[in-house]
Amino acid sequence: MSDITAISRFSDLANPTRFLAFSARLIPWLAAITTILFAIGLYLSFTTEGDYQQGDTVRIMYIHVPAAWLSMMCYTIMSMSAIGTLVWRHPLADVAGKTAAPLGAAFTLIALVTGSLWGKPMWGTYWVWDARLTSVFILFLMYLGLIALNRAMDDPSKAARVASILTLVGFINIPIIKFSVDWWNTLHQSESIMRLDGPAIDAEFLWPLFTMALAFTLLFFTLHLMAIRNEIWRRRIATQRRMAARMASRED
Amino acid sequence: MTALLLRDLRLSVRAGGGALIGILFFLTVVAIIPFAVGPDLKLLSRIGPAIVWIGALLASLLGLDRLFQAERDDGSLDLLVMQETPLVLTVFIKCAAHWVATGLPLVIASPLLGLFMNMNETAIAATALTLLVGSPALTFIGAVGAAVAVALPRGGLLVSILVLPLTIPVLIFGVSATYAAVEGPQPFLPPFLILIALTLFFAVLGPAAAALALRNTTD
Repeated sequence: MSDITAISRFSDLANPTRFLAFSARLIPWLAAITTILFAIGLYLSFTTEGDYQQGDTVRIMYIHVPAAWLSMMCYTIMSMSAIGTLVWRHPLADVAGKTAAPLGAAFTLIALVTGSLWGKPMWGTYWVWDARLTSVFILFLMYLGLIALNRAMDDPSKAARVASILTLVGFINIPIIKFSVDWWNTLHQSESIMRLDGPAIDAEFLWPLFTMALAFTLLFFTLHLMAIRNEIWRRRIATQRRMAARMASRED
Repeated sequence: MTALLLRDLRLSVRAGGGALIGILFFLTVVAIIPFAVGPDLKLLSRIGPAIVWIGALLASLLGLDRLFQAERDDGSLDLLVMQETPLVLTVFIKCAAHWVATGLPLVIASPLLGLFMNMNETAIAATALTLLVGSPALTFIGAVGAAVAVALPRGGLLVSILVLPLTIPVLIFGVSATYAAVEGPQPFLPPFLILIALTLFFAVLGPAAAALALRNTTD
């Protein structure tokens, strides 16, 4: 019995009104935890010692790596909601996919900019055409293309379905980004955290990094929920305007 | 299906010489490069294969928005969507016709442009060969963009923006196979086989995604 109620509770969230009520309760908590995590994470990242080789510039990592992680996670979430849009015609999936694109573009831009600022002192150049940089840059272009496509169409549900197809086709890029540092041995350092034999970096850097990563993730979810709410309200207003216009034309 | 193939071919040949415009654009793009980088023959022969590939890529984007647009305008796209043959197959045939009409002429024209770029025989042959197996992939990827943008009033530019990022792997392996054949210490075969694999992969994925997009935009 409890299983059934749990499932029905979860699917209740597909109803936009219930979702609005649920997210209204959730967002303050998420925002509060995000703030606390950022406070701890930033404190840790500024107080722990610098790297013996890289000095203070290693602190860029605490912004750069979480942003890069999120740029990929956001695209994965968009692909999942694309499946939700195409297969189940879930009413919230297309809203989620549409509102995630600008967030993903922003995080990708942060990752690219901080990476280039980090690259100048470390590699002696702001930009090289190595495999990871190039594939992340392509990811950025795809986010912008998806935003442009969504904006170019009037009908939101049609735009969502078409954008979902393109999102799924572009998902090929995500594994390429993930494994680019292992497949092509270029300037970017290879994977040092998610490894089978355990993380290759010191615990001293790992803790601030994990805290910041968690903070970034929660920041994403907070912003994403807020964006979804905005989009739902925006569509409701558009519908009501249309209804009002129809009523007005009927009265004439 | 053969009828559709022939019809599309005939249409593209008669409607304003699509193939000719593609080749002309290709020629212009490649001819502009020496003006920009200077008439240094050594440099040109070094970057030649890459230039020819980029020219072919841009030229193959040129007619893409017309892949489904004309059918949509005269209403026959709805018939294609509703007929009994699977839409994926129809899209595949249309892509094949589009490639024969616009991609194949580019491949045939590429040796001439290779001469302009002061490339030697091996480089010319390798470029033509990689273009032959690589350019269908460009058409199949482009079909997704064309199908996505078919509902837009002026989708032409958007198609290029959406499609270009996806074509980058094809470009990378096409050019690297050519360089491997010309000078490289690396063998020619691995990138060439990957290029073939990309074409086959997109021959499956492209029409399927394009058919899905067409179904969603026409209802």
